[in-house]
Amino acid sequence: MSEAPTEYEHPLMKAYREQLGCGFPQVAEVFEDCMAEALSVLSREGIDAYLEYAHFLCKMGRGVEPVLIFLEEWPSIATTLGESALPAIADFIRKMWKSPNGRAIVPFLQSLAATSRRLHSQEQMQDYMDLALAFMERTTGSIHGIHTTFASPGLPEFFKQSPYLLNQVSIAGLKNWVEYGIRNYGDHPERQRDYFSLQSADSRAMLQKERHGTLLVDNERKLDLYLRGLWREDARFVPYSLKFDELRKPIPYYDKLGIRLPDVFDDRNGVAGIDRYRAVLAHIVGHRRWTTAIFADNYSPFQRMTIEFLEDSRVEYLAMRQYPGLRRIFMALHPAPAEDACDPEKESAVRHRLAMLSRAILDPNHTYKTPHIIEFAQRFHALMAQGESSTQAMAELAVAFGAKTRRQSDQLPKIHFKDTEVDYRDDNRQMWKFIEEGDEEEAFDQQRKIELEEITGLPPRHYAEWDYNSQTYRPDWVSVYEALHPKGNPAHIDQLLIKHAALAKRLKRMLDLLKPQDKVRIRYQEEGSELDLDVALRSLIDYKSGATPDPRINMSHKTSGRDIAVMLLLDLSESLNEKASGPGDASGQTILELSQEAVSLLAWAVDKLGDPFAIGGFHSNTRHDVRYLHIKGYSERWDDEVKGRLAAMEAAYSTRMGAAMRHAAHYLQAQKADKKLMLILTDGEPSDVDTKDERLLIEDARQAVKELDQQGIYTYCINLDPKADEYVADIFGKQYTVIDNIQRLPERLPQLFIALTK
Amino acid sequence: MTDKDQYKIRKEPFYQAQGKEIALYEAAYAARLPVMIKGPTGCGKSRFVEYMAWKLNKPLITVACNEDMTASDLVGRYILEANGTRWLDGPLTTAARIGAICYLDEIVEARQDTTVVIHPLTDHRRTLPLDKKGELIEAHADFQMVISYNPGYQSLLKDLKQSTKQRFTAFEFDYPDAQLETGIVAKETGTDEALAAKLVKIGATARNLKGHGLDEGISTRLLVYAATLIKGGVEPRDACRMALVRPITDDADIRDTLDHAIDATFA
Ligand SMILES: Nc1ncnc2c1ncn2[C@@H]1O[C@H](COP(=O)(O)OP(=O)(O)O)[C@@H](O)[C@H]1O
Ligand SMILES: [Mg+2]
Repeated sequence: MSEAPTEYEHPLMKAYREQLGCGFPQVAEVFEDCMAEALSVLSREGIDAYLEYAHFLCKMGRGVEPVLIFLEEWPSIATTLGESALPAIADFIRKMWKSPNGRAIVPFLQSLAATSRRLHSQEQMQDYMDLALAFMERTTGSIHGIHTTFASPGLPEFFKQSPYLLNQVSIAGLKNWVEYGIRNYGDHPERQRDYFSLQSADSRAMLQKERHGTLLVDNERKLDLYLRGLWREDARFVPYSLKFDELRKPIPYYDKLGIRLPDVFDDRNGVAGIDRYRAVLAHIVGHRRWTTAIFADNYSPFQRMTIEFLEDSRVEYLAMRQYPGLRRIFMALHPAPAEDACDPEKESAVRHRLAMLSRAILDPNHTYKTPHIIEFAQRFHALMAQGESSTQAMAELAVAFGAKTRRQSDQLPKIHFKDTEVDYRDDNRQMWKFIEEGDEEEAFDQQRKIELEEITGLPPRHYAEWDYNSQTYRPDWVSVYEALHPKGNPAHIDQLLIKHAALAKRLKRMLDLLKPQDKVRIRYQEEGSELDLDVALRSLIDYKSGATPDPRINMSHKTSGRDIAVMLLLDLSESLNEKASGPGDASGQTILELSQEAVSLLAWAVDKLGDPFAIGGFHSNTRHDVRYLHIKGYSERWDDEVKGRLAAMEAAYSTRMGAAMRHAAHYLQAQKADKKLMLILTDGEPSDVDTKDERLLIEDARQAVKELDQQGIYTYCINLDPKADEYVADIFGKQYTVIDNIQRLPERLPQLFIALTK
Repeated sequence: MTDKDQYKIRKEPFYQAQGKEIALYEAAYAARLPVMIKGPTGCGKSRFVEYMAWKLNKPLITVACNEDMTASDLVGRYILEANGTRWLDGPLTTAARIGAICYLDEIVEARQDTTVVIHPLTDHRRTLPLDKKGELIEAHADFQMVISYNPGYQSLLKDLKQSTKQRFTAFEFDYPDAQLETGIVAKETGTDEALAAKLVKIGATARNLKGHGLDEGISTRLLVYAATLIKGGVEPRDACRMALVRPITDDADIRDTLDHAIDATFA
């Protein structure tokens, strides 16, 4: 029985309400809105079927949820799949209802709009339901011989995940994924639930296997190289998942935190996924380089949209000037709306018009006849012919275009969307500024606590510091306190080494090649310790036969010369406590933890080689208090004592690098080796709390490198800061590497060492 | 006496100056100071020396250094002959005698015990002792020592000894800026500037990646190779892949990025 509304109700609506015949108050509240939408998209028969089926759901005894969801969602599902899809869906729901799986109906209905958008056709929807049905039959009541009244544990979870799943894999891939889950967890309700809710590792791994397209996580380095190589830019990439936002498809954008990109791109229209990423980046770089934000307040929403289209075209035009090959990619990805696709009497044609203009600007062979499109494409090109033009000029052109092409029907609520979205473009949030917006970024002054902790241990050593302003040293400027690093549990380091056993094995093979072979024979010597009989005979024969004999008939032996002393200097400043950045680091490890792993591996490797080796760490808290933490001395073995100190590694304070280098150098200096190598592992530029002038400590470190060079010490920096290019070469000249992917540090550090010393 | 003329450069080599290096070199030569030219491979070091030898009208003796080279390979040795032995001057000795510019190319490739033989020639003594022959050569007044080396190898074992470095005046070369390099590639190969500019652009892409997986970018020499191939009828993209990308990297990501840069540059 329908509830009697207190207010007046249109007799027709009243009739529908009676036809529905559902007494839930929640339904009564939304009914009118749902009907309004249904009436605009369903046929007469469609409305009858809609109400009839809603009535059934209302009465089936599973509460208000199913009917509510159906009433709200069906009109949009019917638009995607056609209203004739209803009987098959109703049939499927009836099967669940008749089985012990009634609880799965709500999740199924809830996800139906999204899955149908993904599946797009009744046939595909049927495949999907067949798949779900088989799933249900195989997992219902199959638990260890118990009577068949148990519901499928995985089915509701599966429905909840299905929109996401279908965004990742094709129906075929989905089928494989489901099959794996049933086969392995058919008998384990808990694990089955974990699998189908994507909680378990193998579930995600299986999905990954079935996944299509180009994943951002797999290609970050390539994209980073792309930005650096082709555009001299760098940025962090932040993936957004399509999982959490089925309705509003997120659009790429960029802000201070980085460039947001979808986590996966399929190939499209002959453009590979990786090139679609590159297209997005080229577009965004274009904005970063050529767009100047303008005030939004001066324009109407339509004008803004027009300005955005034209500005997008402009930055792409400029990007193509640099790289003409981009045109092929943009052209393949940019929609080419048919000129007559939109009826401006029935729907708003604003987007359609702008997409055509944008296409006409991009595509020299476009076939549009609309005079305004042709005229404004020409005006655009005329502006560009004079140079780079500007955001402001695009705004003016946009306003003129709007004035000429505006129509009453632009205001219609139904907007023609087909073929108007350019999905490699960003959302243009950086293009606008707003008059009333204040200076939102209050200079955030990070209060650093300068505590004067108890200084224990040795008396300080004083070092000079280089002042580049006056080009002189400030004598005895910095105090360095050396202390033994506190000790932790050495077993922790052993565990890290076990974790990297496979890598260690690979390194071992490389190390064996470096190891000094005890004695090497040097042949072809004019003077030597022994006669090389082979060569001597050959010479004699040459001589006898009148040819010029080779005089180098001796050989000698020597112990192969690997005479290198190494000092590893670790930056232990506060910033190492940060999580290793960049996507793809699900591990959540800090830079410090990764450094610890890397250093352990390196120490292990150098120990295997037998090179004299020391490790020190440093941080600073003003020039009066630079700490040098002794971790391993040259005379110490790689033993539990040393491992214990490594295990206790902690990060705090700042980075006064020059002083630490000079201090470490005096140990290295005392070594009797042919070659002396100082490796510096750091994640940022030199800095300290008492030094405002950023250049000062950079210049001092650079000076320290020069001093060390004079002492015959070769310095080499391993830098983990993605922004390092701005300063690291100033300090270290060519002797550095920036490790972009910090996750790979444990592997890269020993490899670097090997490469440097072979 | 050896014929000097065989070591003279007859035809003016094409050399595009990047800065004041020509005048500075002339000054160094006037004082007979030893010269060291640092710079990445293929950036024009050898070409510069050739050009200077031509300009100063002095003989040039070039030695490409390598690991197997011994001191005798530089200084000279006795060779056996049917009726005894005969002394044969090495290139360094010849240069010192006839007054040539002696250019040791890529000197770090030679072992360090080899390179110390040049020390007495590079200080005020300007002499070369031939120990085996028991002769002390006074270098000819025109003699000059020039070495080149590439500091970008990033191996401390391939660095010059301080005691060697301290004997030279030095030029630091690098790849020329885009405009100059375009001119070089175009003139050197006779291709048009537009094409040369594209090649230079691809070169810049690789140089931007230095330190991120590439030790060295694409050299001017390789750009010249690419232009030469294109001039010979090879499709530009193929030529670029073959001359610019494949030689410098085995890193798949970098290769892919450079290949893309080629496609993006040649529409
Ligand atoms: N400044 C320059 N002027 C003319 N040609 C140059 C110049 N720089 C480089 N080249 C070209 O590059 C090639 C390689 O230069 P080269 O002098 O052999 O390099 P390097 O000795 O530095 O390894 C030369 O053969 C020449 O074609
Ligand atoms: Mg944009």
